[in-house]
Amino acid sequence: MARLNVDDIKKDFPILQSSKEGRRLVYLDSAATSQKPNQVIDAISDYYRNYNANIHRGIYNIAEEATEAYENSKKDVAKFIGADSYDEIVYVRNTTEAINLVALSWGDKNIAEGDHILISEMEHHSNLVPWILLAKKKKAKLDYIKVGNDYRLDRQSLSEGLEKDPKIVAITHSSNVLGTINDVKSITNEAHRHGSKVLVDGAQSVPHMPVNVKEIGCDFYAFSGHKMLGPTGIGTLYGSREELNNMPPIIGGGDMIKTVEFYSCTWNDIPWKFEAGTSNIEGGIGMTPAVKYLENLGMDRVFEHEAELTKYAIGELSKIDNVETFGPEIGKGDHAGVVSFNIKGVHPHDVASIFDNYNVAIRAGHHCAMPLVTQLLKQSAVARMSFYIYNDESDIDKAVEAIKEVKRIFKVK
Amino acid sequence: MGLDLYAEDLVANYEHPHNKKSMPDSDSKSHEYNTTCGDDITVYIKVKDGKITDISFDGSGCAISVGTASKLTDAIKGKSIDEIEKLGFDYIVDLIGIDPGPARAKCASISLKALKKAVFIYEHKKPDNETEKL
Repeated sequence: MARLNVDDIKKDFPILQSSKEGRRLVYLDSAATSQKPNQVIDAISDYYRNYNANIHRGIYNIAEEATEAYENSKKDVAKFIGADSYDEIVYVRNTTEAINLVALSWGDKNIAEGDHILISEMEHHSNLVPWILLAKKKKAKLDYIKVGNDYRLDRQSLSEGLEKDPKIVAITHSSNVLGTINDVKSITNEAHRHGSKVLVDGAQSVPHMPVNVKEIGCDFYAFSGHKMLGPTGIGTLYGSREELNNMPPIIGGGDMIKTVEFYSCTWNDIPWKFEAGTSNIEGGIGMTPAVKYLENLGMDRVFEHEAELTKYAIGELSKIDNVETFGPEIGKGDHAGVVSFNIKGVHPHDVASIFDNYNVAIRAGHHCAMPLVTQLLKQSAVARMSFYIYNDESDIDKAVEAIKEVKRIFKVK
Repeated sequence: MGLDLYAEDLVANYEHPHNKKSMPDSDSKSHEYNTTCGDDITVYIKVKDGKITDISFDGSGCAISVGTASKLTDAIKGKSIDEIEKLGFDYIVDLIGIDPGPARAKCASISLKALKKAVFIYEHKKPDNETEKL
C-alpha cells in the first residue's frame, strides 16, 4: 500500500504553513481536534457568502440550496460509515451529545431499577458520565470491563459483565489515551447474544480507520466532525432505524414535529425527530468535504500511515532513557495513532510547555479519562502525541528533540 | 512564552523545594487544587503581631506550581498579613521573573491563592474576589 503523500496533504492545511520564531507548527494533538483543510474552510465560507438561508423552511432558491447541501452531507456521512441511509444519521453537537442522547432517550425508556449497564475502564468521560447519571437516576448498576496489564480489555472481565445480561454495552472503539483498538464487532456479537444493545464511541476511530457500522452490527455509533477534518459543533449519532424509531425525542421545538395542537403533537420522522430548532447548517455542510477528503485518501491508507508513524514514534521513544509509554504492544494491528508517555520526574504539563517552545503541540493531562489515568496507569497525568494524515516522521523527530530538551532542563538521565 | 519559564532557579526550587513540609501546629492553612495540572498544594502559616513568623507548603504538582510555592514561602516570611492581603498575580510574575502565560497562570498562582486564603481564614474574613480569581 502506497504511503500518503504528506507534503501534498500539508499544502491543503493553511495552519500548517504557519510558524513561530522560525519554527514551523508541528501539530501532534489530532486526537483532541484535527486541523481543517481548505476544502472544508471554503465550503463553510461559500455557504455564508452565497446561499445562507434556513433549511426545511424557505420556498426560495437559496433555502432549497442550503437544505439540499445539508441533507446531502448526511448521505455522505451515512455512506462513509456504511449506514443504510441518511435517516439513520442524527446530527448533534459532538460525540458527547450523541451518547447523552442515547442515555437520556433510549436509557430513560429502557433502563429500570436493578438493570445492568456495562462500560469499560478505558472510556472517555463522554462515555462514562452519561451512564453514571443514568444509573443514579434509575438505580441501575454500572459495571466495568477491566483493562488488563497489556492495556487491552480483559476478555474474562467482558464475559463476566455480559453474564449479567446488561441492557446496554457502551464501549469505545479506540482509546484516546492508550490507542488500544477494541474488537467492537466481536463484542457486539457477544453482547447481542445476551440481548444487550451496543453503543460504540467512535470519536477516535471514524477519523482514523475504515468503519462500517453494519459490519460491526452495533445499535448506536457516535462520533464528532471536528476530529475528522470537519468543523466543530457537529457530530453524529448513528442509530439503527428500529432503535431510533422507538426512541422518544428529548428536545422539543421546531422541525422535530409533524403536527402541533395546543395540547398535543406528533413527531417528525427520523432523523429530524431528534433535531429541534435551527440546525448547525454550516457544520453539516462542512462534513461533505471532510468526508470526501478522507475518502479520496482511502481509510485503509490513513490507518496504515498512522500505524507506521506510531511504530516509528514508539521505536524512537524506547531509545530514550527514563521515558515510559502507555499502550498495547505494537504490531498486532490494534494500536491507533496515539502515544501516551511520561518522562520520569517531570510533570507532563511541564513537558507540554517545553514542547510548546519548539512549536510542537501535544496534549498533557488526564485526557478526560481520569479513572484510567489516575487509578489504572497510576499517573496524575500523561503527555500524549497523536497523529494524523498531515504528520510524518520529521514531526516525531521534532518531538524527540523536545524530549531531549526537557531532560536537559530537568537533569533527567 | 520563552524558555525562561524553566529558568535554572525555578527548576532547582522544584527539585529541592524549600519549606516543603506539613505544619501540624499552624495558626491557619488552606488547600488548593488545580484541575488543569492536578496541582495539589496546602499552605500553612504561623502569625504573630500581624506578621508571618513561619510558613510551609505541602503537596504535589508541576514544576511551575511547586517551584513557585518554594520561592513564595521563602519570600513571604516576615511580611505583614495586611501586605499579603493585597498581593496579586503581579507579585508572582516578579517573583519568578516571567509571565507564565494563560495556560500556566493557575500553576504559578496556586500557592499565592492558598496563602491568601489561609490569611483570610486566620482573620475570619471571606476571601475577596481578586483572591478567588487567582
